[in-house]
Amino acid sequence: MKLREIAHSRTGDKGNVCNISVIAYRTDDYALLREMVTAERVKNHFVGLVHGEVVRYELPGIAALNFVLQGALGGGVTRSLRLDAHGKSLSSRLLDLEL
Amino acid sequence: MRTIRIGAGAGYSGDRIEPAVELAEKGRLDYLVFECLAERTIALAQQARMKDPAGGYDPLLAARMQAVLPICRANKVRVITNMGAANPLGAAEATRSIARKLGLSGLRIAAITGDDVLTQAKNANLALDTGGTVNALGNRVISANAYVGARAIADALAAGADVVITGRAADPALFLGPLVHEFGWAMDDWDLLGKGTVVGHLLECAGQITGGYFADPAVKDVPDLARLGFPIGEVREDGDLVVTKVEGSGGYVTPATVKEQLLYEIHDPAQYFQPDVVADFSQVRIEEVGPDRVHVSGGLGKPKTGLLKTSVGYLDSYVGEGQISYAGPGAVARGRLALDIVRERLALTGVVSSELRFELIGVDALHGEASGAGETYEVRVRVTGRTETLAEAVRIGNEVETLYTNGPAGGGGAWKSAREVVAVASCLVPESAAQPKVSLVEA
Repeated sequence: MKLREIAHSRTGDKGNVCNISVIAYRTDDYALLREMVTAERVKNHFVGLVHGEVVRYELPGIAALNFVLQGALGGGVTRSLRLDAHGKSLSSRLLDLEL
Repeated sequence: MRTIRIGAGAGYSGDRIEPAVELAEKGRLDYLVFECLAERTIALAQQARMKDPAGGYDPLLAARMQAVLPICRANKVRVITNMGAANPLGAAEATRSIARKLGLSGLRIAAITGDDVLTQAKNANLALDTGGTVNALGNRVISANAYVGARAIADALAAGADVVITGRAADPALFLGPLVHEFGWAMDDWDLLGKGTVVGHLLECAGQITGGYFADPAVKDVPDLARLGFPIGEVREDGDLVVTKVEGSGGYVTPATVKEQLLYEIHDPAQYFQPDVVADFSQVRIEEVGPDRVHVSGGLGKPKTGLLKTSVGYLDSYVGEGQISYAGPGAVARGRLALDIVRERLALTGVVSSELRFELIGVDALHGEASGAGETYEVRVRVTGRTETLAEAVRIGNEVETLYTNGPAGGGGAWKSAREVVAVASCLVPESAAQPKVSLVEA
C-alpha cells in the first residue's frame, strides 16, 4: 500500500529547509502513520535530494506528522538551480512511499 | 461575544484579483488583507527603488487598489497590506492619488516604515544562516528588512486609517494587527497572540486554504478551481476562529484543507517564532461545523524572544539556462545525447560555472534519477548553471540552442534565458533595531 492511500500532504519552504506534512484521512490511521513513516524512512526516501537531517514532529490532535528536511532545496529557494526550487513537488514523492 | 470578519485578498504578489473583489462585495468583511511579499521580493523592490526613487512598491498595487477601494469604501471594509515593499511611503502616496481619481476624498492611508535595518545589520556585522556575515557580502548587499509585528498596524487602525500599507511585516501580523486593535488584546497575553497567529497563518496564503494547492483528481477533487474563492476568517474576541468563504465561490473549506495549511512552512509546531509571540500550534483542534465552515481552536503562545528575523538580500550570481525538446521513439536517448553534447561543449569552450545541472524534464528533472520513469513519449532537455558574470550565463543557453543544427535529430522548441540572481539570507536583530513608525496621508 502506498502512503497516498491513507494520507495527504503539503510541502512548505523556508530558505534551504523544506517541511512536508503527512495528514491521515482517517484519525484511526494515525497510529499506523506514526509507526511506519519514521524520520529515518523519510530520509532514505529522499536520498540524493535531501542532504541534511530529517526531524519528525507529531500532532495527534489533527492526526498528522510534520517532517522538517534540512538541506533540501538545492541551496535555498532564492538561488536554487532546480526546476522546482520551492520543492512543491516533494510531497507527491513522499506520498509514493510504500507502507 | 464580538466577532470580526477578515478576508484574505492575495496569497502572493501575483495572485488573482477577482477573488478579492468578490470578498469585498459579498464577504460582509471588516478587513481585507493582501499578503504580497515573498522572501526575496523586498530585495528586488529595493533594486527597483534605486532606479526610480518613487518606485519600489508592489507593481500590482494600483490594479488591486483600483479594483477594491471603491467597494471597500462603500462597505466599510478597511484594507491592510504589505504591498509597500521597499517603499511604503511611496505606496501610500500612489494609493492617495488613486483614491482621489476614484473620488474617494477623505480616505486615510497609513504607511508603516521602520523595517529597513540595513545600517544596523552592517554596523553589527550580523551572522547569516547561510554562513558568513553581512559585511562579508561586501557591496553585493542590497537590503536588510526585519519582520516587524502587529503593534504598528493596530496603532495605524486606532489612528483612523482606512488603508494600512507596510513593508516587511510578519505575514500573520497583518491579521493579528486588526485583532489587537478591535479586541484590545494585550501585547503580553501570549495565548491570545498565539491564537491570532493561528488566524493569520491560516489565512495569509489566501486560496491555499480554500482548495488551492490541494486538488489531486480522484483522491482529492476540488470543485470550480477557476473560480476559487478566497477565505474569510470569523474571529471571536477570545481568539476562536471559523474559516469560511463566500457562498457560491469555487473551491471548498474542509478540515483537510485547513490542516494542510496549518502545517504549511512550519517547522516545530510548538514553536512558531513571530515578532510578537512564539506561537504554539501543537494543541490546535479543527472541526467541520457546516458546509465550508471549519472551526479552529486551541492555539497557544509563549513569550516573544525579543529578536526579529531579518531577510538580507544580496547579489548572489548569474544563472544561464537552455531547454529543447525531443519526441517519439528514442526520445530519451536523444535527450541524453543532447545533454552529453552540451556538457562537452561547455568544457571545450571554457564556460566557468560553479554549479551545473543536466536533466530531462519528464524523466529526472524534479526528483533525480531515483524517480524511476521509464521510456516516455517526449522529453525536454534542461541545462542550467551558475556563473560569475551575465556573459558567461548567456553562453549556457546558447550551447543548448545550437543543438538545433548541431545536435541530435528532431530537436525542437529551444528556449534560453540568462538572469541575475538576487538571493536572500537570514539573520536575527534585536527588536530595538526596528522602530516601526506610522505616517498618515489623506486623499
